[in-house]
Amino acid sequence: MYAPHTDADVEAMLAVVGVGSLEELMRVPEAIALRDPLDIVPSLPEYQLARRFDRIAERNDGVGFRSFLGGGAYRHYAPPAISALVMRGEFLTAYTPYQAEVSQGYLQAIYEWQSYICLLTGMDVSNASVYDGATALAESTIMAINATGRRKVLVSRAVHPNYRAVLQTYCDGLDVEVDEVGYAADGTTDLAALEAAVASNQYAAIAIQSPNFFGSVDALPKKTADAVRASETVIIAVVAEALSLAALTPPSEWGANIVAGEAQSFGVPVAYGGPYVGFIAATKEHLRRIPGRLAGKSVDDSGRTAYVLTLQAREQHIRRERATSNICTNQAHCALIATIYLALMGRSGLRDVASLNCKRSREAATALSSIDGIDLRFNAPFFNEFVVDFHRPAAGVLDALARREILGGIDLGRYYTELRTCALVTATELTTSGDIAALATALEEEARGRAVV
Amino acid sequence: MAAPSSDRTATPVIFELGSEGRANRYVEPGEPLESFLPSEALRADLPLPNHSELDVVRHYTRLSQRTFGIDLGFYPLGSCTMKYNPRINDAMAAKPEFAQLHPYTPDAYAQGALAVMYELERNLSSLFGMAAFSLNPAAGAHAELTALLIAKRYFRDRGETKRDKVIVPDTAHGTNPASAAMCGFHVISLPSDERGRVSVEALSQVVGDDTAVCMMTNPNTLGLFEESIAAVAAVVHAAGGLMYYDGANANALMGNARPGDMGFDLMHLNTHKTFTIPHGGGGAGHGPIGVAAHLVDYLPTPVVVATERGGDASGAPSDRLTFRLDFDRPKSIGPVRSFWSNFAHAVRALAYIYANGAEGLTRVSQLAVLNANYLRVKIAEFLETPYAEICRHEFVVSAQSLKRETGVRALDIAKALLDRGFMAPTMYFPLIVPECLMIEPTETESKETLDEFVGALREIVSRAHSAPDELFAAPVTTVVGRVDETLAARRPDLRWEARAQQEKDPSTVKKVTKVNF
Repeated sequence: MYAPHTDADVEAMLAVVGVGSLEELMRVPEAIALRDPLDIVPSLPEYQLARRFDRIAERNDGVGFRSFLGGGAYRHYAPPAISALVMRGEFLTAYTPYQAEVSQGYLQAIYEWQSYICLLTGMDVSNASVYDGATALAESTIMAINATGRRKVLVSRAVHPNYRAVLQTYCDGLDVEVDEVGYAADGTTDLAALEAAVASNQYAAIAIQSPNFFGSVDALPKKTADAVRASETVIIAVVAEALSLAALTPPSEWGANIVAGEAQSFGVPVAYGGPYVGFIAATKEHLRRIPGRLAGKSVDDSGRTAYVLTLQAREQHIRRERATSNICTNQAHCALIATIYLALMGRSGLRDVASLNCKRSREAATALSSIDGIDLRFNAPFFNEFVVDFHRPAAGVLDALARREILGGIDLGRYYTELRTCALVTATELTTSGDIAALATALEEEARGRAVV
Repeated sequence: MAAPSSDRTATPVIFELGSEGRANRYVEPGEPLESFLPSEALRADLPLPNHSELDVVRHYTRLSQRTFGIDLGFYPLGSCTMKYNPRINDAMAAKPEFAQLHPYTPDAYAQGALAVMYELERNLSSLFGMAAFSLNPAAGAHAELTALLIAKRYFRDRGETKRDKVIVPDTAHGTNPASAAMCGFHVISLPSDERGRVSVEALSQVVGDDTAVCMMTNPNTLGLFEESIAAVAAVVHAAGGLMYYDGANANALMGNARPGDMGFDLMHLNTHKTFTIPHGGGGAGHGPIGVAAHLVDYLPTPVVVATERGGDASGAPSDRLTFRLDFDRPKSIGPVRSFWSNFAHAVRALAYIYANGAEGLTRVSQLAVLNANYLRVKIAEFLETPYAEICRHEFVVSAQSLKRETGVRALDIAKALLDRGFMAPTMYFPLIVPECLMIEPTETESKETLDEFVGALREIVSRAHSAPDELFAAPVTTVVGRVDETLAARRPDLRWEARAQQEKDPSTVKKVTKVNF
C-alpha cells in the first residue's frame, strides 16, 4: 500500500462525499458483486519482497553462463552514466508529453532521438519510436499497403523469423497475403527470385534485413533496387542489430523507402526480451503515413524555440478508426536510453564498438571453423554473428554446451528445418578470448566424443 | 556551459555541442573496419558528434529539469492513472539476473524469469476473473489489437465470417475504433444515454448476427459505472458476439469487482497504469490480455506453462513448479512482438502485487475512488460537473459556462494549473463533453495535496472572472510559453540537420562547425 490516508482522512473525506463507508462507495449491482476471496499472494513487507525476488532470480542460472546468443537481442556494454541519467525521477515518472510547456526536456530528447535515427539510417524522417523491431516491420508494412493500395507483401526468409511471424499475425488481421522469397547459397536473399517476384507488380512492399538473421550483410545491389522501384514496390529495410549502422552502408543508400528496426543494442538491457525500442524511419513522401508520435520543433508565444508533439491529426485520439495506426504510445524511456548511449559513444565510440564486434566475431568464426566437423554454413560478409554447421542436430550440441555453462548459439532448426544442424553464433565487444576458447574447447571435446555430458 | 534550470533560454540540441577530437574510452580503440568488411559494404561517413561524458551528463540533466514527472508533483491525468511509482519495483527489475538474461536462454536456465511471468499471470487471472492472461502485448493499444485478432480467428474457426462489426460507445478511447479498423472490422459508434451510460435499448438496435465484438470500458471514461453491464453482456452474447473490456480504468475495480464476473470474454490491463510501472515519458508500456476459457487456445505465442511438480511443497507456487515457453499452439493467432513480453515490467507489476496482496489491492481501488469523489464534490462548488453522482476513480468537469461568461476555456485552465505547479488534467476528452477536463487523482495523493489542487482551481476560476487575460497568457513560469502547434504541423521540423541549421540561422554556424563531419 502506497496510499497516504489516515483513518481520520478517510472519515473526513467520506463525510464530504456523503457516503457512510468505503464499501458503500464501491457498491456494484448484486449480480456482479465479488463472491469469493481472491487467490492472490499475501502482501510482503519490502525487505521480504526483495528476499523473495532474490530467490526467484537465483533460478535464472543462464545469466552467468558464457553466452554467444544474439539473434535480435544483443549484449553490449552500457556506460553507467546512462542509468544515472534515465533513472532521474523527472524522466522516469513523466507521461506522454501532452503539455509541451512542462515537457520541453523530454520533447527535445525525442527530437534528438529522431535526429539520431535519421543520421544513422540516412532517411528523412523518423517517429518517436514503436514497441520493437517486429512491430516496426508490421507497422511499416501497413504504411506500404496504404501507400500502394496493394494487398500482398513479399518478405525475405532471411528476415528474423520472429519478425516474419509477427508480420504474418498482423497481415492475417488485415487480410493481406504474405509471400516469402528464399535465401541463396551464400546466406543472402535470393536476388534472382526476388526480381522475378516483383516483376509481377503486385506487391505493396518487399522486406529485406541487413545484416540478416544469419548475420550476413544483405543490402540490395543497385540493379535489384531499380527493378523493385520499377514495380512501384516499397522497399522496407529491416535492421535488427542497430549497431551495424555504425559500420555498414546506410539503408537509404541501397534504396530503402522505409527502415524498420530495433535499437535495443544502444544501451537497452536484454531483459529477457523487453522492453525494447523499435524505430521507423522513412523518406519524406511517407511522413504522413508514419504511425505513432512525432516531436517537432516550433516556437512559443514569444518566438523562443520550443518543441511539441505534432501531426496528431494522423493519430487515433483524433482520427479514431481512420487513424494511420492504433499506436498511442512510444517507447520514450528506452528511446532516451538509446539517445544518451549514442551521445556518450559519439562517432568514435560507436565505430570502435562496431569494429570490436567484427573482430571478436571473426575470432569466434575462425576458432569454430577450425574444429573438425564444424564449418561456417555461409560465406557472405557478416557483422557480428554467423552460422555454423555442426553436421548433426544443433539442438543436441547446444544442450551439451549449456550443461557446461556455455550458451553456444541459437538452434536454427527451430525456424528452418533445412538448417537443423546449424546454429547462429554471436560475438560482441563483451565476448572475451576466454569465452571463445572455452566454446572451442567444449566443441572439440564434444566432437571427439571425449566429453561425458 | 549550462544555465540554471529556471532559465528560459533554449538548450542547444546535442548535435550543436561536442568536438571532433573528444572520445570516451568505454571500449578500446577498434581497428579500421576495412580489415573486416569489403569496402563496398561500408558507409563512407558517420555524422555523429563526439562529446565528453560530463557534457552529456549536464545536457540530459538539464533536459530532465525541463520535464515534469509524478516525482515533481500531482499528475491528475484522467484515464492515464499516474500514481506514485515505488522504487522497489525498479530495483527488482534492475537485478542483473533479470536485466541481463537473454531472451534465447534455454528454458531450463531461465526458470526465474518464467516463474515471474507465471505468477503474475495467475495473480492477474484471479484478480480480474479471467481464465488466463498473456503478458505478450507491449501496451494497451497493442493488447486491443491482439484481442481483436483473437476474436477474428475465433469467429473464422466457427465459420462465422460475416461478423465484421465492432460496437464502440462514443465515450471510448480512440484506440478502440483504431484497433478495430486495423483488424478489418467496421466500427459502429454507440451514443451514450443522458446519464452517460450505454443504453441496453440503443445497443439492442445495433447488435445482430454481424456483431463480432462490443468494446467497453467500465467504469467508462466519464468515470461512471455501467450498472447495466450484465444486461449489456447478455444482449451481446445472445447475438453471438464477444464482450471486450478496455482495462484503462481497472484502478477503480481491483479487488472490488471483476470484468470476468461482468460477462467480459476478453480484456486488457495497462499494468503501467494500475500496477505502478513508471511510464517514462510515454513508454514502454505493458498490456497483458485476459481471456475467458473458450478463448485460451487463441492467445498469442509463446505461453508460459508449468510442466511438472517438484518435491518441495512450501512457499509460492513458482517454487514448486518448473516452466517452459510453449510455442506449439495450433489455434494461436501467432506472436505479436519480437520476443516474449516487456519482461522488466512484469517484474515491476509482480513486485507491486507482492507489496499489496489481495487486501492492499482492494483498498487501493477504494481509496482511488474516495479521492476522486472527494475532489468531485469540492470542485462542484465552482465548476460544472455534468454527471453529479458517485463516480469511480475519475470524473469530468466542464468549463462550458465559464467560457460563455469569461472566454476562459478548458485549455486556459490547464495552462494556468501548470503555473501553479500541477500537471494539467486530460483536456477535451471524452469528446461528448464540451470544454471537458477529466480528472483522476489516484490513491497515492494525500488529502492535503487534493485540497491544494482544489484551492488552485478555485483561484483560477475566480481569476477567470476578475482577470481573464492573465489566464490567456498562461503559463508564464515554465521554460517556454504556449507553443505554436499550428506552425509545428504546417512546417514540420522533425530532426536536426547540419546544413539546414546553418542556412536558417547564421548565428549557429559557429557552434555547428565545431563538429567536423
